[in-house]
Amino acid sequence: MTATEAILSQHDPARDPARDLARAPAHAHDAEDVRTLGFWLYLMSDLVIFAGLFATYVVLSRNFAGGPTPKDLFDLPYVLTETAFLLCASVVYGLGLIAARNGERPKLLLCLTASFLLGLCFVSMEIGEFALMIREGAGPDRSGFLSGFFTLVGTHGAHVCFGMLWMAVMMVQTLSKGLTAPVRGRLMRLGLFWHFLDIVWIALFSVVYLLGVI
Amino acid sequence: MFGKLSLAAIPYHDPIVMGAVLGSIFAGIGILALVTYLKKWPYLIKEWLISFDHKKIGIMYVILSLVMLLRGFSDAIMMRAQQAMALGASQGFLPPDHFNQIFSAHGTIMILFVAMPFLSGLMNLVIPQQIGARDVSFPFLNSLSFWLTAAGTVLIMVSLGVGEFSKAGWSGYTPLSELAYSPDTGVDYWIWSIQIAGLGTLLTGINFLTTILKMRAPGMTLMRMPLFTWTALLTNVLIIFAFPMLTVALALLTMDRYLGMHFFTNAMGGNTMMYINLFWTWGHPEVYIVILPAFGVFSEVVAVFSKKRIFGYHSLVYATAVIMFLSFAVWAHHFFTMGTSANVNIFFGISTMLIAIPTGVKVFNWLFTMYRGRVELTTPMYWTLGFLSTFVLGGLAGVLLSIPPADFVLHNSLFLIAHFHNMLVPGTLFGFFAGYIYWFPKATGFKLNETWGKRSFWLWLTGFYFAFVPLYVLGFMGMPRRMQHYDNPAWQPWLIAAAFGTFLILLGIGCMLMQLYVSIRDRAAGRDVTGDPWDGRTLEWATASPPAPYNFAVIPEVRDRDAFWDMKERGLAYARPGHYEPIEMPRDSWHGMGLGLIAFVFGFAMVWHIWWLAILGALGLIGVTIARANLDDVSYVIPAAEVERIENQRYAAMAQAGALGARSQRRRT
Amino acid sequence: MKIKPWSLFAVLTLLAASALLPGCEHLIVLDPKGPVGDSERSLILVSFGLMLIVVIPVIFMSLYFPLKYRASNQKARYEPTWSYSRNIEIAMWLIPIVIVAILSVLVWKETKRLDPYLPLDPAARQLPIEVVSLDWKWLFIYPEQNIAVVNEMVFPVKEPLSFSITSDTVMTSFFIPQLGSQIYAMAGMTTKLHLLADEPGTYVGQNQQLSGAGFSTMSFKAVAASPQEFAAWVDKVKRSPDTLDSARFAALREPSAGDPPAYFSSVEPGLFETIVKRFHHHPGAMESAAAATNAAADAQKAPKAAHSGHAD
Repeated sequence: MTATEAILSQHDPARDPARDLARAPAHAHDAEDVRTLGFWLYLMSDLVIFAGLFATYVVLSRNFAGGPTPKDLFDLPYVLTETAFLLCASVVYGLGLIAARNGERPKLLLCLTASFLLGLCFVSMEIGEFALMIREGAGPDRSGFLSGFFTLVGTHGAHVCFGMLWMAVMMVQTLSKGLTAPVRGRLMRLGLFWHFLDIVWIALFSVVYLLGVI
Repeated sequence: MFGKLSLAAIPYHDPIVMGAVLGSIFAGIGILALVTYLKKWPYLIKEWLISFDHKKIGIMYVILSLVMLLRGFSDAIMMRAQQAMALGASQGFLPPDHFNQIFSAHGTIMILFVAMPFLSGLMNLVIPQQIGARDVSFPFLNSLSFWLTAAGTVLIMVSLGVGEFSKAGWSGYTPLSELAYSPDTGVDYWIWSIQIAGLGTLLTGINFLTTILKMRAPGMTLMRMPLFTWTALLTNVLIIFAFPMLTVALALLTMDRYLGMHFFTNAMGGNTMMYINLFWTWGHPEVYIVILPAFGVFSEVVAVFSKKRIFGYHSLVYATAVIMFLSFAVWAHHFFTMGTSANVNIFFGISTMLIAIPTGVKVFNWLFTMYRGRVELTTPMYWTLGFLSTFVLGGLAGVLLSIPPADFVLHNSLFLIAHFHNMLVPGTLFGFFAGYIYWFPKATGFKLNETWGKRSFWLWLTGFYFAFVPLYVLGFMGMPRRMQHYDNPAWQPWLIAAAFGTFLILLGIGCMLMQLYVSIRDRAAGRDVTGDPWDGRTLEWATASPPAPYNFAVIPEVRDRDAFWDMKERGLAYARPGHYEPIEMPRDSWHGMGLGLIAFVFGFAMVWHIWWLAILGALGLIGVTIARANLDDVSYVIPAAEVERIENQRYAAMAQAGALGARSQRRRT
Repeated sequence: MKIKPWSLFAVLTLLAASALLPGCEHLIVLDPKGPVGDSERSLILVSFGLMLIVVIPVIFMSLYFPLKYRASNQKARYEPTWSYSRNIEIAMWLIPIVIVAILSVLVWKETKRLDPYLPLDPAARQLPIEVVSLDWKWLFIYPEQNIAVVNEMVFPVKEPLSFSITSDTVMTSFFIPQLGSQIYAMAGMTTKLHLLADEPGTYVGQNQQLSGAGFSTMSFKAVAASPQEFAAWVDKVKRSPDTLDSARFAALREPSAGDPPAYFSSVEPGLFETIVKRFHHHPGAMESAAAATNAAADAQKAPKAAHSGHAD
């Protein structure tokens, strides 16, 4: 799925000639409208991927094969810190979008950078958690439960990494192109993506970590 | 350096495989040499390969699909020949390892590399024109989708000559497809070719759903959409919600095979049944993904050639929507025999039967469209009638299989094979053939030959009955599917009959190729200058054949469900506009093709564990995507004068052929 | 003389029908030898008949309408804008709904009654047989007789059989077409099946699910014998010098195809459970008895890992 997000959100302007001849000024807005719908549809399909991963995780969640259990592995305060980073990244991004709407480029860039760094903290902590587990012999090949855990959490993490890459691209575009209509549209869709990852994480935190240690 | 790849991967000891490989290579070299000789490379690349024009992409999809039909069908011939021979002392000519690859490839190719590209091809050719648009919502994605499909196709073809293909069946059931039981790269070819092509399909789904929802001509409300557009819309919804499940199932199998995880392994806490569930939550909707658009084609064809409005439009739309929703709630009927509890089996059995209701309704709608019509028995109509009379038998068999206790004795037998071929051949394939002949003049500007078309139809239909009725019987004789060899002499006559049926279908395919050749040769005779060779009812017939790059010089206003028929009735069909406006169109670019090529390299590297190349490929995919995303100026403008010139040419050609006056006059009387 | 293409269709169909129809006595699925198969056949025939109510008119209309309303028949009524009729619409929704409703009632009752997990007669004595699917052969363990057999299954006629089925390898499907219901055999899990033979005879048993290179050789003889014949057969097996313990089983699990029947005069206690539990921990734990015990202990620690037979 990796390449999809950028492709969908950042490809060339959609045609809508039926309307663009009659109502030329509405054209740009219309094209963005079409792209946003396309991006929503992509998000829905991505959600189905997560649904499949969640279902698989739940089915495998007690298959320890004699290996470690969630109680042995999960460190809730650590994961809560991770969660805080991710949610803050989202809030900061939201502030950035307000700045973008007001045309305040420096403020936007500041928010993007902050959001990127918060995302980086989240991903680093996740990698740290994974590395520790693998060192302790609780790697993804240890049991069905751990395969499910690493793949579900890892897929979310890969999405966050991808969002960060996209954010970096948007910083460059904001600098080089200015806040043009396509750039604003892309920033808006990146926002959708970024918040979408929050929602997935909340579900993930509840199903994997909370239910795991209870 | 080259991972698991070595010269030993080339099966030069196997004459059958090498024959197929050399045949494919020579055919490929022949085509490349011909293009070089004719100095057509610049034309081919600029006008076709990198084109963003949905009509050209559609044609490329259809060609890809027809080529793969030949490949998938040659697998069918080999399977039928093997089973006709391999009784008792005779082992036939295919050892189990090879036979298992052949049926795995046959299923995978026919579903994912014939039916899916054909579907995408028809949607590309027709949908924008049918809704009165100039292009799809995302032209670059469209090109990319095609090239991802092509990359998957090439990967599956490469498996013929480099290494082996999967031996675990097209559905790749675990744990047979796990590393422990399938250690070679066959399953990896299967995984990566499907993953790459599947991503293309998902993007197509998103693209066309957006197109249909957002780009319809003014006045075309949802309930004025042509039925092919309706079925395409619902199919795209299915694609968006079902294909990710396939992605998940295959990705988790990949994790097991590449990283030693335990999703579907026997031991260490894996759960084999989970794969089967995930696979069929895609697999069952997939059946409707390929069949709904064929239903759409039949709906168009039966109305046009009955010279009548479609009967019960609302019923047809609702029935299709009901099928779409139900298709997500029936997947477990693929494994009633897994030890599932009676209550679960009852739920899935009844929900499966419910699908028979809307499907039956659709059949009645098509029948009553002919009632009190003026039925013209053209080839598209032949295919439609062949479908109507044959499909119900498959439906009957399907309802039998949906009864869990009946399935307990029919499951995984040749009865099941007969059933789903009875759905997919008369349903999907006949539908696509009808669409191919029906829209061929729209794409090329001339009609296909009727005589060869009818010959091909009769051979296909007769061949179908010969090939599959014996399989129903063999199912009742207790013959399992996928047998390389058997000891029961009572089966053999029926298997020989089935092989004969396959031979008839081969002749049918020969007639189709002949039809294409004769039609191209005599294209002057079959020329269609009006753009409306069948006296059509929907908007795609309002454009020229083949259409101008922009389809419509002026976007039409839709007042009726049969929009173009209505325009003809009111004498507006060929009215010249007062003036023309400049038209903005997407500019072609190599990005789609480039990403497809890199995706192929990436897939090949992953199959053979050539990690450095896979990393390069992944970086290439990301790099090109970012480069593409940075482009803002991706369109060009056709000046009004140019539009006027193109349109005037069309009017002149029509006037010369005397078509213009005759048409408008006939319509007014 | 010009040959019409459809005449080819008709002639070929007639020829084929006359050549192939005599072979129909081999329709073994429709010739069951036990109550389970009997009910399943009746269910197939009844629902087949019910569906003909729709299928026959549809086939008739799909041939008659295009003929009657063909363009050249200018006498036929032509109503180019007629596209809705409330009565026809009601009929075409209602008729399939009624048929499906009737079929649903059948499905409801018969699926409950023919649940393969239910004993055929709870009061009667049952013969337990444990079935293990191997690459590519069938192992039958008779716990009450303490014997085991490969690729041959003899059982007394008219006595309910209770199968516990598992696989030591990939998924397969255990099926004796003339007795009825098949069910999957899956590693680490036990599925259940209950069958009964009304008539003595030798029936084909087979694997119905692709399982690799030796798949098509994976069939066995299922012999329904009189009680005396069954006792004699058990005696014959008891006289075999070969016995089945973990070490012998390890040799047996090596892939092989087309094996002749093999007899084992005794079986290590709990072998079937050991085979099932082997997959609950490390692969290859079968090799020593100690490891097998460990695996069993681990499986107890993780109760959910022992999959229930019901796979929902």
